[in-house]
Amino acid sequence: MSEQKFDVVVVGGGPGGYVAAIRAAQLGFSTAVVEREHLGGICLNWGCIPTKALLRCAEINHLMRHADQFGFTVEKYSFDFKKIVERSRKVAAQLSGGIKHLMKKNKVTVFEGHGKLLGKGKLDVSKDGKNVATLEAKHIILATGARARVLPGLEPDGKRVWTYKEAMTPQEMPKSLVVIGSGAIGIEFASFYHNMGADVTVVEVMDRIMPVEDAEISAFARKQFEKQGMKILTGAKVVRLDKTENTVTVHVEAGGKTEKITVDRVISAVGIVANTENLGLENTKVKTDRNHIVVNQWLETDEKGVYAIGDVVHGPWLAHKASHEGVICVEKIKGLPDVHPMKKENIPGCTYCTPQVASVGLTEAAAKEKGYDVKVGKFPFIGNGKAIALGEPEGMVKTVFDAKTGELLGAHMVGADVTEMIQGYVIGKTMEATELDFMHTVFPHPTLSEMMHESVLDAYGKVIHM
Amino acid sequence: MPALSPTMTEGKLAKWVKKEGDQIKAGDVIAEIETDKATMEVEAVDEGTLAKIVIPEGTDGVKVNTLIAVLLEEGEDAAAVNAVTADGAAAPAPKTVTPANQPAAGADKPAPRMAVATPQQAAATGRIFASPLAKRIAKERGIDLSTIKGSGPHGRIVKADLEGAKAGMKPAAQAASGGTFTPASSSVNAVALADAYGIPYSLQPNSGVRKVIARRLSESKQTVPHFYLTVDCELDALLAVRKQVNDAADGFKVSVNDFIIKATAVALKKYPAANVSWTDENIVQYERADVSVAVASDNGLITPIIVDAANKSLKQISIEMKDLGGRAKEGKLKPHEFQGGTISVSNLGMFGIREFSAIINPPQAAILAIGAGGERAVVKNGQLTVANMMTVTASFDHRAIDGAVGAEFLQVFKNLIENPMGLLL
Repeated sequence: MSEQKFDVVVVGGGPGGYVAAIRAAQLGFSTAVVEREHLGGICLNWGCIPTKALLRCAEINHLMRHADQFGFTVEKYSFDFKKIVERSRKVAAQLSGGIKHLMKKNKVTVFEGHGKLLGKGKLDVSKDGKNVATLEAKHIILATGARARVLPGLEPDGKRVWTYKEAMTPQEMPKSLVVIGSGAIGIEFASFYHNMGADVTVVEVMDRIMPVEDAEISAFARKQFEKQGMKILTGAKVVRLDKTENTVTVHVEAGGKTEKITVDRVISAVGIVANTENLGLENTKVKTDRNHIVVNQWLETDEKGVYAIGDVVHGPWLAHKASHEGVICVEKIKGLPDVHPMKKENIPGCTYCTPQVASVGLTEAAAKEKGYDVKVGKFPFIGNGKAIALGEPEGMVKTVFDAKTGELLGAHMVGADVTEMIQGYVIGKTMEATELDFMHTVFPHPTLSEMMHESVLDAYGKVIHM
Repeated sequence: MPALSPTMTEGKLAKWVKKEGDQIKAGDVIAEIETDKATMEVEAVDEGTLAKIVIPEGTDGVKVNTLIAVLLEEGEDAAAVNAVTADGAAAPAPKTVTPANQPAAGADKPAPRMAVATPQQAAATGRIFASPLAKRIAKERGIDLSTIKGSGPHGRIVKADLEGAKAGMKPAAQAASGGTFTPASSSVNAVALADAYGIPYSLQPNSGVRKVIARRLSESKQTVPHFYLTVDCELDALLAVRKQVNDAADGFKVSVNDFIIKATAVALKKYPAANVSWTDENIVQYERADVSVAVASDNGLITPIIVDAANKSLKQISIEMKDLGGRAKEGKLKPHEFQGGTISVSNLGMFGIREFSAIINPPQAAILAIGAGGERAVVKNGQLTVANMMTVTASFDHRAIDGAVGAEFLQVFKNLIENPMGLLL
């Protein structure tokens, strides 16, 4: 047991926490991170990164199956599912090791254990219920993240009813699945398992999949998924799960009728719950709202010297938002000039299904609801040379402008590699570019990004290739 | 072609005083230029040889910042002249005479010193950084970006800054004039000038209150035809009454200012012709006298209001004033507590100011500027004697109040101050 003093202590070593810690160390603060499981958090160990490794394999499988379209004859091919999962774990392990190295390089002290606020700038670190260190810091940043939400009756059992964690490390490939929830996590797993050959049904309670996305984009994506053979039920609710030794019968209620689907596995992806329990919040003035910690624009809680970032605070619950908040929080503590609060409308969101979905800012409907007179541009992948050459003719780039000022209110894309492209609009939006700035930008040929140009041109009736 | 006045866009090169090849010292008059206002002499700011005259004598309509001649510094090659005159922008070559825009400060030629910052200098040093969207919005709304403080990266002006500017203007929308007045920012940017002349400075962002003060008072001073009337009031009777009142009030203290507030309101009641506002269609005759009292706060001037002060006792006025004044200093007044009023009172007596003229707070049509009360030598009935005196200057909006009306109102006011028993009722 030790008692140590730091300038900054970060509770949680995920993409919010470790980035905050590195930035704090860079700014000359003596810094510590308290992590109870793995450096890198869910994102790196059980989320963003390992799923991308899996989805890469799904992509390869997809290409192999369609190799004939590119002039290849593949007599026979197969995959070893165990190796695919193994590769995904290796990728995660490599990156987690990388974070460890970054902590060392930046002289950030890492405490393994659970952090609990004691009040007055003190933090208890315990492992297996035993105190291993007591830390004192002027600034404590809570970055404890979130976990999968559990709905009553749909409790994951780790065997037949999975959360993201089991879905990422299956022993064998299920033949059929029901995915509950069509947000980013649900749709990515649905897309992965479907592309790997499973029979997948997605059940979404809202009237459309990926409900946060622009309606046109989610309709487009749905059409693509269904064309691939995925089953999608919207406005549908899972009311009961009947489990047998190795199957689950899912009772789905939709439009007044109940349908029974019997599958090998169920993946529950119905949102997240913030990790605010047993953090010692009761020893402070920190407030929570629907389980999430309440912070101001500088990520300060109601308790002086206690801050919170990432999934444990308000959404969007995305790794890049958490990292950025970490930097803002620490730079504000340091009193650096030119620190700016985060603008929610400038945070992009990416979903790595096939086809990919990426967006930033307001949907067309949200913009209209806010009273904007909008100009909307759309450009299809079929009109883009590079998309045709890649054999990816399905997709769309949609832009929404304020007709009055030319402000880019939102950009929404679906199709190959759109997750890599969205940043172009994000930069523009962050710098407050107008339609003219996009129009005056020279986009390289031949690239998919030319569609970003064309979409803007289309919004103002100047589209070329359509 | 130097800009010799803020409004000058072009001028006539009336006369060259120096010839090509002449040696020139800084301060020498090199040419005479005719502007829309006057003929002025142009002095050289550097020394050297007048290598080439580009604009011949007698040329009309020469645009500001046009190259008029080339001055070679010692050691500079005459060949460089051609390069300069060819594209007007040779790198470290000879100094062109163009920026030698120090107007001759002749006694009979009122060349304003401020006019030296030419648009060119402003462009070179005072570039305004604003996002494309901010520029667009500013253009559409007619906002002068040089008046906006940027909050974006490196102080760049972003959309949110303009929203702030708009919000800051809101209270002004209540002004009765209701016109689309936009503040004419000074044609000479102080920052550009300070940069150009190396004057050390720091920048404090304008608060919303500051912007409103600037806008409203500029509007007032530029659009309201002010006239000023000054009167001396004897305070001895008032001070005596005040002493009696305070002695009897058991710890409670009424201030001279409370008397003044009450006197102002009662005078308006007795003489309603001064309790008015001007609009294009009507004279607004107020039926209640609400007195706005200027209070200095950290954020700037704010004017809490004593509503219907004529019908309030001195004690009530005093209590209200303490509350309003205190909250005004903390910036905690509610809008209805400082917006409105039918006349203003500004008292700088506590600073020993003997007299001053105040700017009318539109849409009001009058403001009283109260100077310090104190003993002065006065002549009464041919005798030199000492009396406590206070000088009051009223500013009136001549559109609504004529000189004689203003004078009569002040008379009533003076009478009330000098015979304060009437204020105790």
